[in-house]
Amino acid sequence: MEQVQLQDWARYTPAQRFQRYGYFALTALVVAWALGSVNIIWAWVWDAPTQMGDLFSRMVPPDPTHLDQILSALWETVNLATIATAMAVVLALPVAYIAAQNTTPNALTLWLGRFILVSSRSVNTIIWALLFVAIFGPGVVAGIVAIMFRSIGFLGKLLGEAIEEIDPKPVEALKACGASHFKVVLYAIVPQVMPTFFAVAILRWDINLRESTVLGLVGAGGIGVILQGAIDTFNWQEVSTVLLAIIALVVAGEVVSSYLRRKIL
Amino acid sequence: MSTARDTWRKQPFIANPVLRYGLYAAIAVYIVTTFATLPIDWDRMVQGLSRAGRIFGGAFPPSFQRSELLIDGFMESLKIAILATVGGVLLSIPIAFMAARNIAPLSIYYFGRAVIIIARSFHPVIVAIIFVKAVGFGPFAGILTLIVYSIGFVAKLLAEKIEEIDPGPVEAMRAAGAPFLSTLVYAVFPQIMQRQIGLGIYQLDSNLRASAVVGIVGAGGIGATLANAFGRYDYDFALAITMVIVGAILISEAVSGAIRKRIA
Amino acid sequence: MLKITSLVKRYGAGDPVLKDLDLEVPGEEVVSVIGSSGAGKSTLLRCINRLVEPTSGKIFLNGTDFTSLGKRELRVGRRRIGMVFQSFNLVDRLTVMENVQSGRLGYISTWAALSRRYPKEDIRRAYELMERVGIAHYANKRADELSGGERQRVGVIRALMQQPEILLADEPTASLDPKTSEQIMTLLRDLARELKLPVIINIHNVNEAKEFSDRIVGMRYGRIIFDDLPDALTKDAMHEIYAGVPHEDRQMEGAAA
Ligand SMILES: Nc1ncnc2c1ncn2[C@@H]1O[C@H](COP(=O)(O)OP(=O)(O)O)[C@@H](O)[C@H]1O
Ligand SMILES: [Mg+2]
Repeated sequence: MEQVQLQDWARYTPAQRFQRYGYFALTALVVAWALGSVNIIWAWVWDAPTQMGDLFSRMVPPDPTHLDQILSALWETVNLATIATAMAVVLALPVAYIAAQNTTPNALTLWLGRFILVSSRSVNTIIWALLFVAIFGPGVVAGIVAIMFRSIGFLGKLLGEAIEEIDPKPVEALKACGASHFKVVLYAIVPQVMPTFFAVAILRWDINLRESTVLGLVGAGGIGVILQGAIDTFNWQEVSTVLLAIIALVVAGEVVSSYLRRKIL
Repeated sequence: MSTARDTWRKQPFIANPVLRYGLYAAIAVYIVTTFATLPIDWDRMVQGLSRAGRIFGGAFPPSFQRSELLIDGFMESLKIAILATVGGVLLSIPIAFMAARNIAPLSIYYFGRAVIIIARSFHPVIVAIIFVKAVGFGPFAGILTLIVYSIGFVAKLLAEKIEEIDPGPVEAMRAAGAPFLSTLVYAVFPQIMQRQIGLGIYQLDSNLRASAVVGIVGAGGIGATLANAFGRYDYDFALAITMVIVGAILISEAVSGAIRKRIA
Repeated sequence: MLKITSLVKRYGAGDPVLKDLDLEVPGEEVVSVIGSSGAGKSTLLRCINRLVEPTSGKIFLNGTDFTSLGKRELRVGRRRIGMVFQSFNLVDRLTVMENVQSGRLGYISTWAALSRRYPKEDIRRAYELMERVGIAHYANKRADELSGGERQRVGVIRALMQQPEILLADEPTASLDPKTSEQIMTLLRDLARELKLPVIINIHNVNEAKEFSDRIVGMRYGRIIFDDLPDALTKDAMHEIYAGVPHEDRQMEGAAA
């Protein structure tokens, strides 16, 4: 508090002040470079507010004619996200197990696990979807597999970290009882990572619900297909209906996941 | 009572057996019906294996022959990310103040909250496709998209931060009869600046990731290059682009993590 | 009967922590091992069930040479040795019954372990033992809801569920208050008598060691330098055991060598 009121005269030493100005100048320079060289037609920029207003005026009022189709696509989106999350959760377990330093069988499996996690995590769901649409053709299968591939890295990383942070003492105690490796995992490790397991599964489900709304834009199923169709046919009033439906879905997903979190944890 | 006890069952998570088995049954029914009703084209899926073989065959080795295109695309993504971060972080400040209960009057508070909720609800790809339609293909649509994306994240966290600031200096200033704006500048800004810079660096990282994606629907940057390569079945070039994207993301994650650790 | 001959343990490249150590624990004796921190007490106990791999030497338990067991045989062998820990080492999120039954994990099928459908005899025995130490009414409580003394009772019962031929306790009372500590020591001694079980207890509290054990072994810097009845533990003997600090010991070793 005091520091805040005294700021005008004694907050920084001259050297600090200089450094701050330096960072500031550097930032300004970078922004100027980006602004000067980016490939933008400025006439469009000045025109943008008009265009946006125009587009918006064409969106109201929302047109509910195809509401039944929209709702069934919404349900398909929910199913897609749920099934994909469930399968990803199952597949993430062995990955987490070999990616955790204290459970992985050997150095080779450790690196295999880490490789799976990094490649899964650093490729976005949409890029995965592009690939799987090319492989499986347009449709929900590509969407489900894309979401799975992205989720395995997310879930596997967080679960693997949870495994690495467990208390090793019960593990040792059960080893001393003569329990087999699998039973030690079952009794000493699984109970310790259970809360994290549920927390990350719910979190990822919530994220996947959002992500699955856009899969359709690259042909991978769900509500995005209808959105793309409405945009392509300039049916802006239907577009706004779909957008409202998506907001409702996302909000509902947040409510459900916070309810589950409270219930289970 | 004690001598003959030889049964023990773990108490189930849901004590009521009707509810418990009902839940199991509901889950089973859900899984079966979902798999049965999802529009899955099994024939097309079976072809997938041979197609996958062809795609991966075509993708290796990755081709960096058109590296000029690749570099242009990447630089454009970088510029989009930088400009969107600056725009988003600056715009987040007024929106966050509007959405902070301890600063804004109720009606403005609701408006600010609504802006944040809408910005957060839509995946950037949806926002991008709308902007592409409104302002045309290219990086401008990308920048607008990621500004919205940044607002959804930065303004929300900033508003939470403002709501928990120390009210002392604010009240002191108000009591001294300072006008609203100078109250903000002298009593509130100093308390949130640090946080705002950290958020900005984090957001630059997020925006770089997202800029690779929004390009796929036409909003400029390396994503557009990738979508084009995919569309033309140039899988070796697509792999090269993906590798660059992954590399850039890993580097950016490491750098932003290191910077945030230093200023924290 | 437990018989240890010329046991050596060396961590990494440094000085051995156990130096050519011999020890015999016959029948149903309660043996306390005392010695200052770092003397090698925990290492000695852990070598017996090979939580720590001995560098050389032999360990026989009722005729079985534990040092020569393969991985699978070792697992079977470990069932015969119960262990109690200073920090109890329970699984916090499991119930008391599950913790107790985890002592049987070496015996029961994977399916029984997974589904928690334990054999009837095991459940009966668990209730008997829990009743004996006064924790039967906690069977369905989570382990982390119990007090320290109660948790250590669970730890002891878990070890006894193995129907071990010997019990090893590594400072079982060091995390407990004095009163609870006495109760747990009483329990260990009485259970050893009732079940005719030899017990080796690492312990810091010399008074408790004298009060509760049949025999006291004093360790100093990896060697046994005292091994006698509790009454024979004189002031001088104690001084001998506790006086040295490891650093000086090391220098003396160097001079002798
Ligand atoms: N896992 C280990 N790695 C290396 N050194 C160890 C390890 N465990 C114990 N030691 C060392 O062995 C010596 C004896 O330790 P310990 O058996 O725990 O003694 P005590 O139980 O009598 O206090 C100590 O010097 C300790 O530092
Ligand atoms: Mg010790």
